[in-house]
Amino acid sequence: MRRLIATLLLVLAPQLALANEGGLKLLKADVDLNDTASLQRGAKMFVNYCGSCHSAAYMRYNRVGADLGIPEEVLKTNLMFTTDKVGEPMRAAMPVADSQEWFGVTPPDLSVVARSRGEDWLFSYLNGFYSDASKSTGVNNLYFPSAAMPHVLWELQGVNRAVFNTHTNPEGVQTQVFEKFENEIPGTLDEAQYRRATRDLVSFMVYMGEPAKLVRYALGVKVIGFLFIFFVAAYLLKREYWKDVN
Amino acid sequence: MNAITKRLVDLRDWVDERFPLMSLWNEHLAQYYAPKNFNFWYYFGALSLVVFGLQIVTGIWLVMNYKPDADLAFGSVEYIMRDVDWGWLIRYLHSTGASAFFIVIYLHMFRGLMYGSFKKPRELLWILGMLLYLMLMAEAFMGYLLPWGQMSYWGAQVIISLFGAIPVIGTTLSEWIRGDYVVSDITLNRFFSLHVIALPFAIAGLVLLHILALHEVGSNNPDGVEIKKLKGPDGHPLDGIPFHPYYTVKDLMGLSVFLILFSAVVFFAPEMGGYFIEANNFIPANPMQTPPHIAPVWYFTPYYSILRANTINFLWIDAKVWGVIFMGLGVLIFFLLPWLDRGAVKSIRYRGPLFKGALGIFVVVFLILGYLGLLPPTPERTLVAQVCTVIYFLFFLLMPIYTSLDKNKPVPERVTK
Repeated sequence: MRRLIATLLLVLAPQLALANEGGLKLLKADVDLNDTASLQRGAKMFVNYCGSCHSAAYMRYNRVGADLGIPEEVLKTNLMFTTDKVGEPMRAAMPVADSQEWFGVTPPDLSVVARSRGEDWLFSYLNGFYSDASKSTGVNNLYFPSAAMPHVLWELQGVNRAVFNTHTNPEGVQTQVFEKFENEIPGTLDEAQYRRATRDLVSFMVYMGEPAKLVRYALGVKVIGFLFIFFVAAYLLKREYWKDVN
Repeated sequence: MNAITKRLVDLRDWVDERFPLMSLWNEHLAQYYAPKNFNFWYYFGALSLVVFGLQIVTGIWLVMNYKPDADLAFGSVEYIMRDVDWGWLIRYLHSTGASAFFIVIYLHMFRGLMYGSFKKPRELLWILGMLLYLMLMAEAFMGYLLPWGQMSYWGAQVIISLFGAIPVIGTTLSEWIRGDYVVSDITLNRFFSLHVIALPFAIAGLVLLHILALHEVGSNNPDGVEIKKLKGPDGHPLDGIPFHPYYTVKDLMGLSVFLILFSAVVFFAPEMGGYFIEANNFIPANPMQTPPHIAPVWYFTPYYSILRANTINFLWIDAKVWGVIFMGLGVLIFFLLPWLDRGAVKSIRYRGPLFKGALGIFVVVFLILGYLGLLPPTPERTLVAQVCTVIYFLFFLLMPIYTSLDKNKPVPERVTK
């Protein structure tokens, strides 16, 4: 019986959370939406590095300003490059026809990408670039092999080389297993600074995926608090009425 | 009696002379005698009514801003989530409500199985309930297309293409359902129409019939005793208490517990780890790109497992067709329960070991099938699903035998505490 249960559990066990085909574990993004300064830095990075090619068509500039405490003047001079109307959504600077010609695909809209990919995937992706001369962009990505996107943040991170080990399994099949990154060309940020910067960027994208997340938890605590009081009242009412049953 | 109360009573009497207000109130609430021994399992009927109301109300507000158009649908949902005041809350109440509806309905149905609530004289009540379950499945399936994400699109594509497996009429039928050769804007529009008008009307009507049938035969209870058999000198059942106020206040208490759990999901985990809202549904529908793994939402997964478990071509009929047949039978076979069960007692409390064991195994098998339906298939998983599918159907097909052989215990005259 115990063996049966063990076998069943084995069969039923969900596949381990694999990052991609390579079986890599994702890096932890550890996003903190209460850190407004981090979100502001992330917003700045987003418009400077992502916004030229990617749109965030469901996100309006003035909503970003209101939610992240950025005054309209600062918003206009520092964050808005594609429009001067604060009520406009965040459109990409690059025309769609050009992107088709340059990259072969239209860069996807990033409004809700944090919800489809997950914060850890985004963080890993931004930290997963390495040089690969066989690609037209000169780089490949550990977590998204053969991605069409060039390493837009390379000036910050520098260029990494990936070290792979060759593993041979008992049947003699050889696989390449990632071991580590080695820095080839240093960037303007060191490793810890780059991680912080990409964490800021991912935080902003998580916020952008669901702006309501900033208020949802606090409201939830109040609602559930009220419901507990309501429950006590309902319980006492029920007990009072049910005294005369039996 | 002060002046205001007198005015209100006058108003009530004025209405009552022109409309059966008091008689309806008495018949269905104040003078409807329900057994006094309802337990935990008896909250879920009232709760499903509340969730239905919630879906209607939130649905009305969603429709105010939603656009049933293949080019605009995805964006309009995000518009609701961002630009509409409280839109995110209305949308999460609705999306969480969909899953909550199935949770309370499954528990409500399991209650019926445990206490024999489908047995004579409640066969018609059971059938009306099963029709409601079918309508709910259609309602959920069509509603899931509306956000127009990848899972919306491909889930609908897969399920509708199943009808294509039916011999001779299959292709025509699936085209008739879609209104197109693939799921398209036309499909979205008709699903929207059915989801917001036709099916809610059907469900509301069936709910009314379900309640009327219930109040005609009276509620069952955890002892499976007919309380109408023993009446006091006042003509009311000895073990009955008026639904109002006793069960209205008790259900109010149950409702508050339910709402605490429900709010915990709405405010702290509306995606419920991808089970209530799937991550892939945040990618707009793309007819040119099939996702690697298409999983239905959790409430359909037991049947999806049964569908996938059929892998053998048999009697010149394709395995896919058998899958569709068994999936359909897996739902429809519940209709036959009142006639498959030959047991003399209703409640599991007085049933013998055979029924208890069979029901226990059935629950485990149903849960395993549901779980497997969420995962991509592997040969081992398919084997487990096949074994579970066989057990699933044996629970029903062997029921006439094991319920007649079962050693039941004596049923008390009156309900127990």
